[in-house]
Amino acid sequence: MRFTKDHEWVEIDGDVATVGITAYAAEQLGDVVFVDLPEPGKAMTAGEPMAVVESVKAASDVYAPLTGDVTAANGELTDNPQTVNDQPEGAGWFVKIKLSDPHQVDALMDRAAYETFLATL
Amino acid sequence: MTGEALKTTPLAAAHAALGARMTPFAGYDMPVQYPAGILKEHLWTRAHAGVFDVSHMGPAFLDLVAPSGDPDADHRSVAALIEPLVCGDIRGLKPGQIRYTLLLNAEGGMHDDLMIARPAEVSRQGGLYIVVNAGTKEADFAAIAAAAGNAARLTRADDGALIAVQGPEAIAIVADFLPAAADLEFMTFTTATFAGAPVTVARCGYTGEDGVEILAPASTAATLWDRILADSRAQPVGLGARDSLRLEAGLPLYGHDADKTVSPIEAGLAFAVSKRRLKAADFPGAARIAAELAGGLTRVRVGLRVQGAPAREGAEIAAADGAVVGVVTSGGFAPSLSAPVAMGFVPPALAAPGTFLSVLVRGRVQPAEVVPLPFVPHRYVRKIKS
Repeated sequence: MRFTKDHEWVEIDGDVATVGITAYAAEQLGDVVFVDLPEPGKAMTAGEPMAVVESVKAASDVYAPLTGDVTAANGELTDNPQTVNDQPEGAGWFVKIKLSDPHQVDALMDRAAYETFLATL
Repeated sequence: MTGEALKTTPLAAAHAALGARMTPFAGYDMPVQYPAGILKEHLWTRAHAGVFDVSHMGPAFLDLVAPSGDPDADHRSVAALIEPLVCGDIRGLKPGQIRYTLLLNAEGGMHDDLMIARPAEVSRQGGLYIVVNAGTKEADFAAIAAAAGNAARLTRADDGALIAVQGPEAIAIVADFLPAAADLEFMTFTTATFAGAPVTVARCGYTGEDGVEILAPASTAATLWDRILADSRAQPVGLGARDSLRLEAGLPLYGHDADKTVSPIEAGLAFAVSKRRLKAADFPGAARIAAELAGGLTRVRVGLRVQGAPAREGAEIAAADGAVVGVVTSGGFAPSLSAPVAMGFVPPALAAPGTFLSVLVRGRVQPAEVVPLPFVPHRYVRKIKS
């Protein structure tokens, strides 16, 4: 699993990345009550807004960690947005993205680097 | 507020000990939530009792400098000083009664909404207990002090603690150590003693639930806070859930659902305009309010049940034909309903419950139906069972 400074995680399988938000991000957001996900087929650009996650208090943007096309969105989050809090780095995944260039992932942090980054916040 | 140090309440250490997440609000460092989180804090308040630090607000006492000693005459005198600023019947307050009223400008817009109360005690006639909003308190107090002139003295009490206990179990919790709370009806108040110091106990709140707001001096604030939370039915609740609770209760938030351009009639607060005062037209903006009551209204605050993503403040409201007809002024997720709700302003012709409108959220059109306010019924206790 790889991580961004915006607190997204990425799990790579071939040229498809599963993307979600980290346990740290989910804890900071608080209770998730709604998740706005992109439609499959939509083109994503690294660093651009990808989804919106809503807590009771506020709406927060989630950024695409990598560039590619959305192949699937996690419908479970539509029915049970709380899954983001319960299992942020598992069943609470947001989208799958078919990467334009699988090597993009090399620029992201590994878990040790992400945890070092978190310690600076 | 950039560059200015945040003020703290007398309960800052208590919030830190509870693991609160703090946020700047109206110049104060305030708890937005505790470890339980907004959703659980909200639902706990509706089921049991939430305890809120609202010491950032503006409690104060206005007292005649030279009372005559005639209780009714003295009340009339102090009421006459403040009535020119507000649209409520202050003169007509019964001893112990609290009134929700509005500070208005010459155009009939609102400077603030506030509580004004008449003490019950004969010895305190010629005095008023006043609570204004945090963000507006400097201007409010200046206006009240100016209106009082040399006839009355305004004594701020916002160096103390104001603690709200709200929910169906609130009164049982508080009556355990302040028995007088159980004898108060909704919108009345009294003075009692806690830990050797005077406290002002007002049966009112901002959640739609029964409960009290207790004003205590800073010296006993932490003791009072801990005494309330020693009861297992009480849990601390931050400003996050305070906002979702008042939204469900359909209560306007000054600076969002009301401001200096919004009249009481537009805001759905006609109940706060005194009939006597309206007839006399003796408060700021009376002409506009009379005209609006006679039918000259162009916008009115409504409640909306929203489908899809929560519609937040600033989201546009559209009619069935797609024309933008208004804007959301408060909106979010209602934990008690497990659904998004919003309040906003629309033309009166589109304000009837059952009217189908839409809200625009991130460029998407989402259905929104006008519904009566409050979204969640109020549970105030207006008559004490004897």
